[in-house]
Amino acid sequence: MGRLVLRRLLATVPVLLLVTAGVFALIHLTPGDPVDVMMAESVDDSVKTTLRRQLGLDQPLYLQYAAWMGKLLRGDLGRSIRNGEPVIENVGRRIRPSLQLAALAMAISLVVATPLGILSAARRNTSVDRFGTTFALFGICMPNFLLALLLIFFFGVKLRWLPISGYLDPFEEGLPGLRSLVLPALTLGLALAAVVTRTLRSSMLDALSEDYVRTARAKGLSESRVIRGHVLKNALIPVVTVLGLQLGTLIGGAVITEYVFALPGVGRLVVDAVFARDYPLVQGVVLLIAIGFILSNLAVDLLYGWIDPRIRHR
Amino acid sequence: MAGSIRGSGIAETAAVLPSPPRVRGRRWTVLRQAARTRLGPLGVVVTLATIAVALLAPAIAPYDPVKQDLGNTLARPDRAHLMGTDNVGRDVLSRMIWGTRVSLMAGFGSVALAVAAGGMLGLLAGYAGGRTDGLVMRLMDAVLSFPPLVLALALGAVLGAGLGGVVIALGVVYTPTFARLMRGQVLTITAREYVEAARALGAPGWRIAWQHVLPNASAPIVIQASLSVAFAILAEASLSFLGLGVQPPGASWGSMINAGRGYLQQAPWIVFWPGAALFVTVVGLNFVGDAVRDALDPRLRT
Repeated sequence: MGRLVLRRLLATVPVLLLVTAGVFALIHLTPGDPVDVMMAESVDDSVKTTLRRQLGLDQPLYLQYAAWMGKLLRGDLGRSIRNGEPVIENVGRRIRPSLQLAALAMAISLVVATPLGILSAARRNTSVDRFGTTFALFGICMPNFLLALLLIFFFGVKLRWLPISGYLDPFEEGLPGLRSLVLPALTLGLALAAVVTRTLRSSMLDALSEDYVRTARAKGLSESRVIRGHVLKNALIPVVTVLGLQLGTLIGGAVITEYVFALPGVGRLVVDAVFARDYPLVQGVVLLIAIGFILSNLAVDLLYGWIDPRIRHR
Repeated sequence: MAGSIRGSGIAETAAVLPSPPRVRGRRWTVLRQAARTRLGPLGVVVTLATIAVALLAPAIAPYDPVKQDLGNTLARPDRAHLMGTDNVGRDVLSRMIWGTRVSLMAGFGSVALAVAAGGMLGLLAGYAGGRTDGLVMRLMDAVLSFPPLVLALALGAVLGAGLGGVVIALGVVYTPTFARLMRGQVLTITAREYVEAARALGAPGWRIAWQHVLPNASAPIVIQASLSVAFAILAEASLSFLGLGVQPPGASWGSMINAGRGYLQQAPWIVFWPGAALFVTVVGLNFVGDAVRDALDPRLRT
């Protein structure tokens, strides 16, 4: 296991280097002068020159990269043009709602998908199964923003049960805070639940046709014990893989969801930075998201090795 | 999953998992095939209809999609405006019809770009091997290290708003999938005996690539491409919902939905129709993608 961790960590290094180069290049892909794009034409030329110098845009490219990397390694991601605060602080303020949203969405998806996936497979071709597969198809083809608007329409506008935008911290405000997260988390969680349901169902079906299941049934185990003791464990491996693969989608979905529900998270920060043309902030946040994404993928890989001994010993 | 933009999670799992050969009940196989034969043609019909609408947009749209009528805003659907009008009195049906063009151009355009770029990079990596292979594939890994939507958003931002920027951004996002696929195919196929025989006969590298590798590699590429189009369309809608992509007053489904979300209570039709069009198109393309996969790769049919 230790070797696996080390190997995976080492493999991450060149990728991380390329990722930083890519994020650095972002600002130079802009057609025309980035400072002109960032600032209105009316802004004084001397202000633009100062910003250009601040961003190091008057230096040769390799020097800019070296300087940028040097700062990066000291944890300095630059400052937002809009509010002048360090990128790190901007992100730090926004990370709590995002993590709460992700955790709640993950919980919802597992609560919905686990019984639905298991029942769909165990009662194949019954109405439960048809419901499960239709739900999965809907969830996979339905864009996040559309689901969000449907939920807003029914639970917010028609029934008036839940708030449709804004955010209160559940750890400080209690129930009203939790209520502010319900619709966003449902949006994100149901979409994820669709994928998990589909995967769990098909991997359960695979496991159900294995010889060891026939053996377990032949020795007289009840069907629920067969499923709990033999099928489910084996069926969970693909589910973990899919959850890992869906991380990127989950982050993208969070961007949309936070935008729709005006949730002050990291995703909303990316969108705002993009439209404010706050390039240092875009660079910094995108880089942090990419690093977070790489690290969580690493964690999933290791989890996978922990669940499936066959991977560990390869 | 909704908003997923890097192709089917399911297809990726199939490639990642070292799954044992599958054995399934015969009855299940038959049933699934029956379901497929029903859904495949349905998907084809939906997709062809969508393409027809996109091509015929100028002829079938009843109104100018950008013409405002401030005396007739938020009008309920009636005989004059079958799907109602939006907040500045534009005909929702006409905008939806023109939006079909944007969606299909983004979907097919970005995937075509990704197939071309990814295919060539994969070919290069698989053939050259060694350092070139390492560099190209690490580069692809780096692209994959960004959550797809975040990458597309950042690229779209620097490339500038507009359909072109979105197509290129999504093309970049999908490229690694095809590069990996192509490289894998090159490595498998060039190891086959008939390729060795061709090489022994003195066939030059490009000839082997053209005659043996490309035809054999095309099936998985086509399968992945047909599944990716649906996700690219969802991605374009997401980006134009956020405000990238086609700029106002141009019509795209995502931007129509974003514009209508402030009027959910008074005029839900502004959001409903483009939403339904998006959903039906994506479901149709998914059915086609599944059918293409079954037709080209019977092994995956199980």
